[in-house]
Amino acid sequence: MTSVEFRKDIFADERDDTLKEIGKPTIRQDILGHVTGRTRYFDDHLFDGLLHMRAVRSPHHHARIRRIDTDAAGRMPGVRRVVTARDVPVNLNTLLSLINFGRDDEPLCAHDKVRYLGETVAWIIADTERQARDAVAAVRVEYELLPHVLDVEEALKPGAPVVNEVYPNNTFDYHDKYDHQKLRFGDVNAGFARADHIVEAEYQMSPIEQAPIETCGAIAAPEQNGRFVCHTNTQALFFSLGTTAKLLNIASSRLHFIGGTAGGGFGGKVDSIVEPTAVLGAMLTGKPVKFAWDRYEEMQVGAPRGGERWRIKDGVMRDGRIVARQFTGFFDSGAYMRLSPYAIIKGTGHLPGPYSIPNVSSNVYCVVTNRTPATAMRGFGITAVDFSIECHMDRVAEVVGMNPIDLRILNAYRDGDMKAHRRRAKNTALIECCQVAAGKADWAISPDSAAASSLRGGGVGERGEIPETVTDDEGRVGERRAGRTADTAPATRGTGRIAAGQASAAVGAVPVQNPDMEIEVERIGHRIAAAQGAPAAAPRATAPGTATPPRADTPAYAPPPAYAPPPAAPPASAAPPPPGSYQPDQPFSRGVNRPGTSRFLSGTRRR
Amino acid sequence: MNLTVETFPTLRDAAGAVGDKARYLGGGTLLMRAVNYGDKAVERIVISREVDRSVRSEGQGVRIGAGATMADVLAAGDLTMLHPVARMVGGPAVRNMATVGGNLFAAAPYGDMATAFLALEATVQMADGQSLPIESFLSGRARMRGLVAAVIVPRVDPATFRWKKVSQIKPKGVSMLSIAAVLRGAGRVDEARIAFGSMGPTPLRAKAAEQALRGCAPDAAGIAPALAVCCDGLHPVDDELATAWYRRAVAPVHLKRLLLGVQ
Amino acid sequence: MMAGIPLTFLLNGAEIGVFVDPGANLLDVLRRGAGDLTPKQGCAQGGCGSCTVLIDGAPHLACLTLAQNVAGRRIDTTAALATGPDLHPLQQAFMEGFAAQCGFCTAGMLMAAKALLDRVPDPSRDEVIEAISGNLCRCTGYEPIVDAILTASARMQGRSA
Repeated sequence: MTSVEFRKDIFADERDDTLKEIGKPTIRQDILGHVTGRTRYFDDHLFDGLLHMRAVRSPHHHARIRRIDTDAAGRMPGVRRVVTARDVPVNLNTLLSLINFGRDDEPLCAHDKVRYLGETVAWIIADTERQARDAVAAVRVEYELLPHVLDVEEALKPGAPVVNEVYPNNTFDYHDKYDHQKLRFGDVNAGFARADHIVEAEYQMSPIEQAPIETCGAIAAPEQNGRFVCHTNTQALFFSLGTTAKLLNIASSRLHFIGGTAGGGFGGKVDSIVEPTAVLGAMLTGKPVKFAWDRYEEMQVGAPRGGERWRIKDGVMRDGRIVARQFTGFFDSGAYMRLSPYAIIKGTGHLPGPYSIPNVSSNVYCVVTNRTPATAMRGFGITAVDFSIECHMDRVAEVVGMNPIDLRILNAYRDGDMKAHRRRAKNTALIECCQVAAGKADWAISPDSAAASSLRGGGVGERGEIPETVTDDEGRVGERRAGRTADTAPATRGTGRIAAGQASAAVGAVPVQNPDMEIEVERIGHRIAAAQGAPAAAPRATAPGTATPPRADTPAYAPPPAYAPPPAAPPASAAPPPPGSYQPDQPFSRGVNRPGTSRFLSGTRRR
Repeated sequence: MNLTVETFPTLRDAAGAVGDKARYLGGGTLLMRAVNYGDKAVERIVISREVDRSVRSEGQGVRIGAGATMADVLAAGDLTMLHPVARMVGGPAVRNMATVGGNLFAAAPYGDMATAFLALEATVQMADGQSLPIESFLSGRARMRGLVAAVIVPRVDPATFRWKKVSQIKPKGVSMLSIAAVLRGAGRVDEARIAFGSMGPTPLRAKAAEQALRGCAPDAAGIAPALAVCCDGLHPVDDELATAWYRRAVAPVHLKRLLLGVQ
Repeated sequence: MMAGIPLTFLLNGAEIGVFVDPGANLLDVLRRGAGDLTPKQGCAQGGCGSCTVLIDGAPHLACLTLAQNVAGRRIDTTAALATGPDLHPLQQAFMEGFAAQCGFCTAGMLMAAKALLDRVPDPSRDEVIEAISGNLCRCTGYEPIVDAILTASARMQGRSA
C-alpha cells in the first residue's frame, strides 16, 4: 500500500480527530468498476446506427475563409450530413457567459476567419469513422492567409495582427478600464529605493497539454420525449449543458446530460466543445452521433494550460527580508478568452505568493494570440506564477547568501497577516511545510526557522495593516495599441495615493444572489459598503439543530469586485429539514445550501 | 474509399502486389497507425501467409527472417548482441508485434534495429532473391518495390558492438537520436563503423567520424577529431522531438559517451 | 454495423463469430462487434497501451492488430480476469492499493501484469516496471500500480504482501 504520512501533531488543536473517514485509508467507490473493466466511460454506451462526426480543421494559424466547398465531400459514401457554421443556431459564445463574465468571442464553427491552427471550419457526419475522415479530407477550403502572432509581447505591439475583433487590442479589458489586471499594495518603488539588493529575472512556461488517456468526446442521441441525451466525459457537466443550451438555442430542460466519469481530465475537459457539437449532430440527423477527438486533435486542438511569461523584481534587505515585489505577467490565452481572464484574477489574488511582503505591485495581461486557446489545468492560474516565485526565491537566497529554506521561513506569511489583495491570511502553513520538508531532506535550517510557527507573529503591527498605496492609471484600454504606452511593467511613478487602511474606489460587485451567501467580515481588511453585501449586523446563519461550527470550518467566500466566484457550501445541516422549509420557486442558486435545507435539494428541481 | 485486404500464399507473391497505395502488413505497428488515422496513402493492405520468423546460423552470420518480431530477437541466443536494441523498441506488446522487416522500412524517427544493422553491415535478402548490402538498401528504399525476406547479420565479437538510444521517455520512447557502433581493435581503434538513427531520412553512416577514429586511442583526446566531424553526411531535421540544431549540438556528446563507455 | 468478412476467434474462452470490415482493427471489433468494452481506445497509435489484450497469452495492442489476423486465435481481455465471483488477485491488489484513479489505463495495465505473472510468477520490481513500460498512466504516478502487482504476485505465491 502506498504510504501516506499524517502529521497530526501540526495544528492539532484545530482538528476534530473523531472523524470516521478523514485520515483513514478507504477503497475508492469507483475502483471496482475500473479493475473489472465495467466502469462506463462515455464511449461505453452502445447505440444502434451510431453516426460518426469529424471536424474539418484549419491548417493555418490565421486566415480569412473565402470559400468552403463541401459538394464532393457531401456525395461520398456513407456521408449523412455536412454541417457548417450556418447550422449552429447561436454561433458565438464564451464559457463564462454562464456567470455573466466576459464577452462572447468564440464561434463553435469558424465562418469568416480562422484564428488558430486546428480551428473547426465544418463537420462531416457519416456512417463510419473512416468514411467521415475520407469526406473531411475531400472538403476544399479557400483561405486568404493573414499574418499571425504567436508571442504574447509581440501581440501587444501597436502593429500586431488583430486576432479577435471582439478584443481589438489583443488583450482582455479589465473592469472596462485597463488592458491588464492591476494589483497595488504599498509603494514598491520606495521599497526598491531602500533595498540592499534588487533581484530581477524572467520566467517562461510553455503551453502544457493535459493529455488524459481518454480524449474528449461525447455521444448524443435523440430521446423519445423531445430531449437529447448526451453521454460525455466533461469535467463540468452543468457548464456543458448550459453552453449547449445557449449555442443550440434549446431549453436546458430538453438536455439530458449524463457524465461524471472521465478517463482523466486535469482541466482539459472543461471547455464544453464536444457536447454542443454532438448534440447538434443528433439534432440535424435525428440519429445517435459520436463526436470525439483523436489523439492528434487532443494534442493540437484540445486546450492546453496556456504558456505564461513572468518577470519578477524583488527588493531585498541584507538580512533576507523581501521588502518589495513586482510582477509583470503575460497569459497566452490563445485565440479565444475562455477561462483565462478569470484565471488572471484568481492568480492576482494569489500574489505575491505565500509570503508577507509589505509592498507589492503587479500587472498581468490576458493576451490573445493565434495559438490554440488555453484553458484550465491543475492549479489553474497559479501554477506558472508559483513556479516563477519559487525559482525567484532561490535566486534571492543566492544573492543574499542565505539558506533558501531559511529565506522562505523568514518571509513566510502567517495567520493574521494582511495579504496584498487586502484579505487577512488564515490557515497558513508554509512554515510548517518548509520545516517538515527540510527534515525529510536532511536539510539543516536555523534554530529560528525551526522554532517559527504560522500561528505566532502574524498580523502584528505593519504585518496586519494595509499600507498607504500608490496607484497609477497607465495602460488604459486602447492606449497600448495606439502607441501611447509601451512599458508593460507597473509604473515607476504613481499618479495617485490611497490612504493607509483603505481600499480604492469600490467596484460594484455582482450582487449576492442569496441571503445565505455570507461574508466573513472579520477577514476583510477594509471597510466594505452595505451594497457589496456586508451583512447588517446579522449573526452567522446557523442551521436548526446544529451548533455554531468551529473556526476551522471552510468560510463562505467573500466576492472580490468585478466577478462572482463560485460559492462555497457552508456546512450541511446534521438533521433533515422540516418539510415546508424549502421553497422551490426561488431562483436556482448554483448549488448553494440554504441553512435548514437538505444539501440534495439545492436549486429548482422537479421530478 | 474502402480498404481492401489481399492475402497471398507466399512472400514472393505478396511482393508483387506491393505498390503505390498497397502496403505490406508486418507487425502493424506502423501500417495500422496510418489505417486508423485514415491515411490516404494506404488503400490496400497486403498480407502473406508465408511468414518467416526463424533465426538461424548461416555461413559467417545469423539469418533473421523478416517476420521475426523484436520478442523473437530477444528470445534468440544467437542474437544477444542485438538484445539491447530490441529491448528498447516500444513496450512488451509492441515487441510482440513489431518485425525486423518492418523496422527496415520504418521512417525516421523509428528504425532502431535498422540503425544497428547498418553499423553491423548486414545484408538484406529480398523476396525476389536479390541480396543488397544494407547501405544500398536504405538509400534506395524510398523507391523500392518488393519485400524483404531476411536479414543476414555478420557475426562480430559482441564486445565490439555498442548501442545508445536517446529518448525523452526511457527506455521505450521513440528515439530523438540513436547511435550504433562497431569498434574493432585492441588498445587503438583499427576499424570503426558508426551509424546514426533519426539524423536523416534513413539511418546513416558517419563516415567522416569513422575515418577520424582510425588509429586513435579510445580516450577523450583520441576521439576528439571524430566528434568534431560526427555530423558530416548526416541530415537531421526539425520534428516534434527536437530541432536539427539541437540534434547537431548533442550528437557529439552522445557519441563521446558511447565511445568512452560512460553514461 | 459490421458487415463483410466473417471472423471467428476465441474470446475469453468462448468461441465467437463476427463480421468485420476490411482493415478494421481488433479494438473496434472487440468493442463494437463482440461487445467487450473493457479494452479502451486512448490513442489508436500504439502509444498508450490502454488497448492491451492477450493474444495466445502474449500482450498485444488491439488498436494496431488487424482484426482478420486473429482468426482462430485465443484473445483474453479484462472481462474474464475474474473467473468466478471473486476478483483476481491483481484486481484485488489494485483496489486495495489505490492503483487506479480515473481507471482508463487499468484494463491495459491488468493485462500487461497478467502476462508478466503468467510467465514470471515472482518478478522483481524492475521486471514489473518493464512489463508495464508500454502502458501510460496520467493519474497515479505508476508506483501504486507497481506495488499492487508485486502484492498480487506475493499473494499468488502464498506469501504475505
